[in-house]
Amino acid sequence: MSDQTTHIRVDLKDPVLAAFLAWLVPGLGHFYQGRLAKGALFFITILGTFITGVYLGGNNELGWGRVVYTSWREGDKRLPFLCQIGVGLPCMPALIQANRVRSQKTPLWNGFMAPPVPEGQQQPGQPTLNRLNKELHRFFELGTVYTMVAGLLNVLAIYDAFSGPVIVEPRRKEPDEEDEAQNEADPKPDEKPANTPGATT
Amino acid sequence: MNGLPASIAQSDIWYALPLIVAISLAYAATRHERMRPIFGHALRAGLWIGAFMAIIFAVLKILTWMAA
Repeated sequence: MSDQTTHIRVDLKDPVLAAFLAWLVPGLGHFYQGRLAKGALFFITILGTFITGVYLGGNNELGWGRVVYTSWREGDKRLPFLCQIGVGLPCMPALIQANRVRSQKTPLWNGFMAPPVPEGQQQPGQPTLNRLNKELHRFFELGTVYTMVAGLLNVLAIYDAFSGPVIVEPRRKEPDEEDEAQNEADPKPDEKPANTPGATT
Repeated sequence: MNGLPASIAQSDIWYALPLIVAISLAYAATRHERMRPIFGHALRAGLWIGAFMAIIFAVLKILTWMAA
C-alpha cells in the first residue's frame, strides 16, 4: 500500500490551548502540536493574505492598514472587523488605536489601523472615512476583502488545530485489492470509519 | 472579440489570484496532514474555483454584450 493511503494519528496535545494559539498567531497552534509543515503553511498563507490586505489598504500619506480598524459609532459600524479579528494578534493594533481614539488621544504609529475620524471632526493627519474611500479607491475594498478572508481562513486553521484534519473519502480500491478483500472475512487493519478523529489519508 | 482579452488584462480580477491560492491551500490543509496530498487537493480546488469564476465571468460578459 502506498504511503499516501496510510492512516496516521495526529497528537493534538491540548486541543483548547492549540486552538487558542492558532487564533493568536496563524500556525502557532500547529507548531505547538509539532505539526511544523502545516503550521508553516497556515502561517505563510494566512499572514501573507492579511499583510497583503494591510498593504493594499493604506499608503504613506494616510498610514498603512487603514482597512483594519474597529468602530461602532453611528454611520461607521465596522462589521468586517468581526472577520478580521480571526487573525488574532496581528489585529491587536486596531483595538489599541480604537481605545486611544475613544479616549481623545492621538493614534500611534502614523495612524496604523486607526479608525477614521467622523465627518465634521477633521483633525490634522486624521482622515475621514470618505477620504479613505476617495484616496484608496477600490483598494479600500480590496484590502478589506483580503484581510477578511485571512481572518476567515484562520478559523479553518483553528478548527484544524482543535480537532485535526477532516477525513476525505477513502480512495477507490484497485481491482486486485477488491479480490483480496473478498477473500478476507475481516476488514483490513488500516480501514477506519470515515469520521474517526485524528486520522487522515 | 478583442474586448474580452483586453478586459481581462485590465481587470482587477487578477487580485483574486492570490486569494484563490491562499484559500485553496488553507482549505486543503484542513483535509490532509501530509504536504503532498495537501498540494494535490489545493491544485484541484484552485482549478475548480478558477473554472467556476471563468464560467460566471463569461456568462456576465455575454449578458453585457447582449444588453449593449
